[in-house]
Amino acid sequence: MRILAIDSSGLVATVAVVEQDKKAVGKTVAEYTINYKKTHSQTLLPMLDEIVRMTELELGSVDAIAVAGGPGSFTGLRIGSATAKGLGLALEKPLIHVPTVDALAYNLCYTDQIVCPIMDARRNQVYTGIYEFEDEKLNIIEPQMAVGIEELAERLCRFPNDRGIIFLGDGVPVHRERLQNELLVNYKISFAPAHMNQQRAAALGTLAMDYYRTGRVETAAEHKPDYLRLSQAERERAERELAKKNTESNC
Amino acid sequence: METENKEIKILAIESSCDETAAAVVKNGREVLSNVISSQIDLHKLYGGVVPEIASRKHIEKINQVIEEALSEANVTLDDIDAIGVTYGPGLVGALLVGVAEAKAIAYAKKLPLIGVHHIEGHISANYIENKELEPPFLCLVVSGGHTHLVCVKDYGTYEILGRTRDDAAGEAFDKVARAIGLGYPGGPKIDKLSREGNPDAIPFPRAHIEDSPYDFSFSGVKSSVLNYINGCQMKGIEYNRADIAASFQKAVTDVLVGNAMHAVKEYGLNKLAIAGGVASNSTLRTAMKRACEENGIEFYYPSPILCTDNAAMIGAAAYYEYLAGTRHGWDLNAVPNLRLGER
Repeated sequence: MRILAIDSSGLVATVAVVEQDKKAVGKTVAEYTINYKKTHSQTLLPMLDEIVRMTELELGSVDAIAVAGGPGSFTGLRIGSATAKGLGLALEKPLIHVPTVDALAYNLCYTDQIVCPIMDARRNQVYTGIYEFEDEKLNIIEPQMAVGIEELAERLCRFPNDRGIIFLGDGVPVHRERLQNELLVNYKISFAPAHMNQQRAAALGTLAMDYYRTGRVETAAEHKPDYLRLSQAERERAERELAKKNTESNC
Repeated sequence: METENKEIKILAIESSCDETAAAVVKNGREVLSNVISSQIDLHKLYGGVVPEIASRKHIEKINQVIEEALSEANVTLDDIDAIGVTYGPGLVGALLVGVAEAKAIAYAKKLPLIGVHHIEGHISANYIENKELEPPFLCLVVSGGHTHLVCVKDYGTYEILGRTRDDAAGEAFDKVARAIGLGYPGGPKIDKLSREGNPDAIPFPRAHIEDSPYDFSFSGVKSSVLNYINGCQMKGIEYNRADIAASFQKAVTDVLVGNAMHAVKEYGLNKLAIAGGVASNSTLRTAMKRACEENGIEFYYPSPILCTDNAAMIGAAAYYEYLAGTRHGWDLNAVPNLRLGER
C-alpha cells in the first residue's frame, strides 16, 4: 500500500509518501515540510514535484491520496483539498479525508498521556480535540471541535491531574502561558518539541493507511473540507434570522 | 513549438467569482463543451457575492464540473494538450480553488499549464463565434467588476486606453437595482424593467473625465439616482421605477458608446467588440450596433452565455498563449489584482 499525503491546513505545508508492505511494516519514502512565509499555493506542488523527482515516484502507483480534511485555515484547507481533488481526478485514485486534529494527535503515537492538539482558530478559539492511545490505536476521547481555550481547559480538568497532558500545534505559542500559569496550574502538562509539534504528512499518511484498510475512502469529486465553522456571512444571517424569530415570538 | 496545423485541445477552468466553470476548446475557437455551475441563487440571499461562500461552493463542485466538461466534449484527459486556468483578477479564495486544481491535473498528466487573465478571457470570447475576427480591434469590457476600454493590438498584446475611476458599470447597475427594490443581480433586472420606461424621463448626468477622454466614472450617475429617489420620497411624490431604470441605463450606455466611438476613431480601428456580463445588456448592444453602423465600423459581441463568466473564453485566450509559448510553473499563485497583459 502506498499513500500520498498532503496537509496545508495550518502554518506548515507538508507532503509525504508512506508505504506499508504485506507484513504491515511501514516506511516513510519521503516527507517534506515547510514552515515558511510563502503561501501554500506557491509551495505545495513544487514540494510534491521535488519528492517525485528525488524518489523517482510514478504518481500512478499510489493507492490513494490522503488530505487533511479540516479544520484549519479556510484557504489553506482548500489549497490542499483542490490539489488532492485534482490529483485524484487525473490519476483516478480515491481520496482519504483525515480530520486535521486527529492527524496532529497521531504525531505523538503510543504515549500514555492525554494528547491535546491546539490550532489557532482566531476569534478567541482553538481547533482542538482530546485523544489517548490504547493498544496502539488512536482513541478519540473528544472529537475535533472549535472552542475557547477556557472551555478546553474545563474539559481537560475532568481527567485526573497526574495523568499528564501533552499539547502540540500552532496554537501552543498563543496559549502556552495561560495554560501553564492560569488554567491548568495543578496539572502535569508538557509541550511537544519542535520535531513533532506541527502537522507532519507522514503521520497523516500513516493514519490514513488505517482508513484505507477499512475502506474509509471517498471519490475525488465527493471530497470537501470540513471547516467546523460557518462562514461569517452565514453565521450573521443565522443570528439575524434568530433575532427576528425571537422578536416575533415576543409580540 | 507546435504548428498551428495540429489540433490543440485545451481544458480550461474558471473560478474567479461566483461561477464554477470548465470547458474544452479546440484551437481556441471551437467550443467542444462549456459547463457553468452558477451559485447565484445562494448569493442572492446576501444581496451580492460572499467570497467565503463562493470559495466553499467552488471546491464542492469543481470536479463534477470538470468531469462534465470532459464527457460533454467526448474526450478524456489523455486527449487534452494543455490546461488553462484563470489566475486573476478576482476573489483570491475563489481563484485559488481553480488554480490549485488546474495545477494538480496538469502536473499529474504532465501537461503544460497556462495561467490566463480573466479579462483577456472575456475579450477572447469574441473569437469563438466570430471566426474571422482578428486583432487589431477595440474592445469594451463591461462587467460587475470591470469597465475597460482596451486596444487589442495582437493576440495577447493589449493596451488599456480607459478604465473606470470608481464603480464598475455592472456595480452601478447592482446598486441602482437595489435602490429601486429589484434585488441582485441588477443588470438583467434593470434591462427588463427599462423596456416599460421612458429613457428620456429623467436627465441623469453623463460623466466625462477632463484629462482622459476614455476613462469612465459611474458613481456620479449612481448617486444622482439615489438623490432623485430620496427627493421624491421627501416630497411624498411617487416615482416611476421603470423610468428611473430606463433613464439610468441610457445615461450609462451613452457614456460607454461615446467613449468607445471616440477611441475607435482616434486609434484608426475599424472593428469594435464588447465583452463581459454587461455586454448582454440589450440597450447597450442596440446602441453600440447603431453607432458602429453609422460610423462604418464592424461590430462584434458574444452570445449571452459567453458574456457571463465561463471557461470557454479562458480556453480561447489560453490557446493563443499556448501558441505564444506561455507556460506557468507549479508555483503559480492566484493574483487577485493581476494587470491586463501581465505575464
